[in-house]
Amino acid sequence: MNWLTRLIPSIGKEGDGAKTKKSKVPDGLWNNCPACEAILYQPELEKSLFVCPKCDHHLRVGAKTRLAIFLDNGDFEEFGSKLKAKNILNFKDTKTYEQRIKDAVSATGENEAIVTASGKLRGIDIIVAAFEFRFLGGSMGGVVGTKFVLAVERAISEHKPFVCFSTSGGARMQESMISLMQMAKTAAALEKLKEAKLPYISIMIDPIYGGVSASLAMLGDINIAEPGALVGFAGRRVIEQTVRVDLPDNFQKSEFLLEHGAIDMIVPRAQLRSTVARLIGKLYKNS
Amino acid sequence: MSNQFLEFEKPLADILDKIDALRGASMGDVSLLKEIQSLESEEEKLRKKIFSKLSIWQKVQVARHPKRPHISDFIPRLFNDFDELHGDRQFADDASIIGGLASFEDIPVMIVGHEKGRETSEKVKRNFGMAQPEGYRKAKRLFKLAERFSLPVITFIDTAGAYPGVEGEERGQSEAIAQNLAIMSQLKTPIIVIVTGEGGSGGALAIGVGDHIAIFEHAIYSVASPEACASIVWRSSENAPDAAEAMKVSAQELIKIGIVDEIITEPSGGAHRDYDEMASLVKKSMIDALSKLNQLSTEELLERRYQRLLRIGS
Ligand SMILES: [Zn+2]
Repeated sequence: MNWLTRLIPSIGKEGDGAKTKKSKVPDGLWNNCPACEAILYQPELEKSLFVCPKCDHHLRVGAKTRLAIFLDNGDFEEFGSKLKAKNILNFKDTKTYEQRIKDAVSATGENEAIVTASGKLRGIDIIVAAFEFRFLGGSMGGVVGTKFVLAVERAISEHKPFVCFSTSGGARMQESMISLMQMAKTAAALEKLKEAKLPYISIMIDPIYGGVSASLAMLGDINIAEPGALVGFAGRRVIEQTVRVDLPDNFQKSEFLLEHGAIDMIVPRAQLRSTVARLIGKLYKNS
Repeated sequence: MSNQFLEFEKPLADILDKIDALRGASMGDVSLLKEIQSLESEEEKLRKKIFSKLSIWQKVQVARHPKRPHISDFIPRLFNDFDELHGDRQFADDASIIGGLASFEDIPVMIVGHEKGRETSEKVKRNFGMAQPEGYRKAKRLFKLAERFSLPVITFIDTAGAYPGVEGEERGQSEAIAQNLAIMSQLKTPIIVIVTGEGGSGGALAIGVGDHIAIFEHAIYSVASPEACASIVWRSSENAPDAAEAMKVSAQELIKIGIVDEIITEPSGGAHRDYDEMASLVKKSMIDALSKLNQLSTEELLERRYQRLLRIGS
């Protein structure tokens, strides 16, 4: 917490909300880079696609902002947005699951932790999904899995390439086994996409762990990560507690993933549009 | 011996100790033999009573019981001519997952399952049943082999989870698990999954996608261990019993929401009381499941497997 956020509590930590919810309040015009603490001016930040001009840190952005900066003219047509989670297990910890969902809906304006849409990327019609990390840590419950499958099935029926921006803490504890099975469900749908000979570009956004890392995020025909993204199966803290070793600074970062063969490339945000369009252009023949 | 009893099994251990003592002293004394018999029936009654109303947290303890039967106990009781197959052909042989070819009722099958190990040295060798990427990749290799030769696959799940370590991350733990989910969802041969003890997280599911999912009466299956869930949600692993209840980890709860298809009854007092009886109950379940699945064409099998996954959570 720094002087600026203390003075102006309305500042969103993750710098979201630029395109979809035009910031009307002047309060929200200033922000801090979480990496280098530089003071950033919101309109400048929008122009740099929420990448810190001082240190190149890629700030987190919400799902809709993500889609807007990725797709032609920022246009997309969302589908499946009405689907909402139910508390099937009647899960309750310090709060009920219903209450947690309600809080997440009002904090994000989304009904779930993933947004699915169709749009154009440099003129190519694509189906695209983006996780909303601010919605319960982007965790994957039954509805997230269902929306992901809907998107994949739409890609198949409309014969379009599929792109997913993943960012997620992993499974959603409140749905326990229902959540775990979404890993298999999403992986199964991606096998169908493969059979249909349609490309799946998986774009890894900071951070991805557990159930989302160990399913849909790693299954891209091409795996791309933004610079500095943390992606792993087990979190750093869990590993440190289990094996009691000092982990290298770059552990589980994009650069580490590239070095160990888990991803094809690291692509800065400003080059994602052109890179993904080029890759799809080579893999996909629109018949 | 008595250190092999769980806290709520202690009343049973006390009676069994008495019986042992009387046996040693009896030397054919008729009155003592009668006493032994009455203690035995008392133990049986108490055992049934305790095990008929275990709390979910008690089930967690039964599922992790030090004497819980493992895949190594089932293989000789269920199969003939087991030929263990080793290695992922890329990096190593992970002993936390056992796999190989065997005969079941005279038909060749592929078996894959977690092995936690029992004695300390074996536990270490088997990494307590927590697989590294090479374990899942060995499983994947065996699944593909089974598919090519149309062998039914039978998997036995008993793991706290995939191993969280530096090397695992370097070698792509996430990718190894993800690939297995993808491949199993489309594997063109029947897959029977049996959760025998602890079904922990992605490390369990990585060999757990199939056509018939059975679970032992006192086994558990959850998205994360109760301890891990508690430290995430309650911020303290001491809330593990609360987490186990909230996640509804028991077989009885999981069948209600369609995660599993069948509960395999355990012998009175739990699977650890009678390996032979447990194995014969498993055998019956396997025969039924295989004969049902054998009636389906490959297309029907795969469509059924896919639809079953789609239903969960939608
Ligand atoms: Zn910066």
